[in-house]
Amino acid sequence: MPTTSYADQFAAALAAGEGPAWLPALRERAFARFHALGFPTTRDEDWHFTSVTPIAERTFKAIRPAATTLTLADLEAHLLDPDWHRLVFVNGRLEPALSTFAGLPAEVQVSTLSEALREQPEWVQKHLGTLAAFDTAAFTALNTAFMQDGVVVRVPKGEVVEVALHILHVTDAQAQGAAIHPRLLVVAEPLAQLTLVESHVAVGAPSYLVNAVAEISVANGARVDHYKLQRESAEAYHVGTVQVTQGRDSIYHSFSFAEGAALSRTNVYTKLAGTGSEARLNGLYVLDGAQHADHQTFVEHLAEACASRELYKGILDGESHGVFNGKVYVDPVAQRTDGKQTNKALILSEKARVDTKPQLEIFADDVKCTHGATVGRLEQLPLFYLKSRGIGAENARALLTYAFAAEVLETIEVDALRVTLEKAIFERFTHHRMD
Amino acid sequence: MLTITDLHASAGGKEILKGISLTINAGEVHAIMGPNGSGKSTLAQVIAGHPGYEVTGGSIAYEGQDLLDLEAEERAQAGVFLAFQYPVEIPGVTNAYFLRAAYNELRKARGEDEVDPIEFLDVMEEKLKVVEMDASFMQRSVNAGFSGGEKKRNEILQMAVLDPKLAVLDETDSGLDIDALRIVAEGVNKLKKPTNATIVVTHYQRLLNYIVPDFVHVLAGGRIVRSGGKELALELEAKGYDWLLEPAGV
Repeated sequence: MPTTSYADQFAAALAAGEGPAWLPALRERAFARFHALGFPTTRDEDWHFTSVTPIAERTFKAIRPAATTLTLADLEAHLLDPDWHRLVFVNGRLEPALSTFAGLPAEVQVSTLSEALREQPEWVQKHLGTLAAFDTAAFTALNTAFMQDGVVVRVPKGEVVEVALHILHVTDAQAQGAAIHPRLLVVAEPLAQLTLVESHVAVGAPSYLVNAVAEISVANGARVDHYKLQRESAEAYHVGTVQVTQGRDSIYHSFSFAEGAALSRTNVYTKLAGTGSEARLNGLYVLDGAQHADHQTFVEHLAEACASRELYKGILDGESHGVFNGKVYVDPVAQRTDGKQTNKALILSEKARVDTKPQLEIFADDVKCTHGATVGRLEQLPLFYLKSRGIGAENARALLTYAFAAEVLETIEVDALRVTLEKAIFERFTHHRMD
Repeated sequence: MLTITDLHASAGGKEILKGISLTINAGEVHAIMGPNGSGKSTLAQVIAGHPGYEVTGGSIAYEGQDLLDLEAEERAQAGVFLAFQYPVEIPGVTNAYFLRAAYNELRKARGEDEVDPIEFLDVMEEKLKVVEMDASFMQRSVNAGFSGGEKKRNEILQMAVLDPKLAVLDETDSGLDIDALRIVAEGVNKLKKPTNATIVVTHYQRLLNYIVPDFVHVLAGGRIVRSGGKELALELEAKGYDWLLEPAGV
């Protein structure tokens, strides 16, 4: 698909750009790659079930947002836990007055991308764009070409960050028609630990494109728990790619929650590059109306004795369309691989639809790898059980729909987040408060 | 209270109940016994309104109403309770929430006010004693990860909360060790009143040592082939079912 409409914007951005000399070169490479690849089409295997025509046929504008008038009170529902360390971006711009991360251990570096580029350009150069390859990924290339104010997090060796770091991206009417390209770089050095919550929310119902890229390095013995909440405006488009590289005995846990956007694509890719490393990729998506949500995971087992666990669940109502594509690659050296992937979808309406495609490529022989996918409606027996207790059909359906989601929400280890999502899903389906 | 007349029911086009007639009055305990495949669990589930069975003939009158005309939830609201042989697990929904939701549905159906979670705690305190369970039980998800014994006790706990007029216990003794069996049976006995009735569906006589029936009916091939008093259960224990099946042509 044509990409020329972004060429003028790119030239302007490049001319106005700051930062070290290598950065414009990286941007130019990325834009050239984006131009060559074009937006993906359904002829691309990775995009077979998802047409990005609504994104490709519009030209979303780069914006220079003014300081926001939103207050913490306006964002209360999105803060989740006020005690977390917090960086708030509104329309792609960091809002220091809404942010609070002074309580982080002094050794932990959290800064905006532009600060990091000023203060430690060589360190940034070593990592930025090296984990999230854009050779074959047009949206990642586009992000790299246009990335503005991102976040850089460096957790030094052995440092354990006890309180979660929340990166909250808010979009409002100022972002109407805009493209926002958030960038996140996280480096957890050996034995470091970090819990990261990444939220994408909107105030009102603007139409915009968020094209987010996160690069996360989890070094030997380190652990990163990464929760991503996609609660964009119902008129918005969201493409998000998380690219992780894991060292020996490292742990990366991802939970991806999606209920917003007209069209969304969420990629979580991890490379198990060190022996004994573990990845858990879970997710829940809840769709209605004409929403389309596509989740793709890719676990590369590149070392011995690594474990991967995946559980994705979807609840689909209206005429919504869900896609799950779970890829697992087991390298010839990755003996004693232990992989399990489960994907379940619950269909609530006649017209909702799910396409699911597990892909296993296994080149080692001492491997335990399983996958299972189910797509179905609520079962008769549990409905009868609830009805036999006097609970009417509608309430019984609501409770069982919630129970379907609860099985995966239970795996969220951050209490405030789990409770928030449990309540939200419970109330969404039962129209009752959970108490 | 309950009058079943020439009841026929089938599942998947196969007839399972082939003409059951049975009358149950308030204050009575009836045991339904029979070999595997005789239709005794089907009878229990048809009374409760299981959607997997089609009633092809006959009638069930309950408290002056046509029971077969009611949805499963309406039957429960009218005082019919089925203790499941295989209780269903509901992850993420606490026992406390579930029991209160059910309790309030029944109150609403009777035109009474709903109780809030605090008031319901008082209700539960007394009910938990019936099945010798502690309060921590209330915060666990319904039946999820419960042992076989805990699931059956949870069924009796639900029965205690819902206080049915007609309780149907479907193989409540299956999979229970002797202690759990005693607790479950004592729970049922504590809930017995002159104004309610109980149907105990079981394969074995063992449960009937604890829950003593007024009447015993033997089901075979979808029909009642013998009815009698509690001594019939003892006779079955001694002689098995075969002596009844052959004369009945099953």
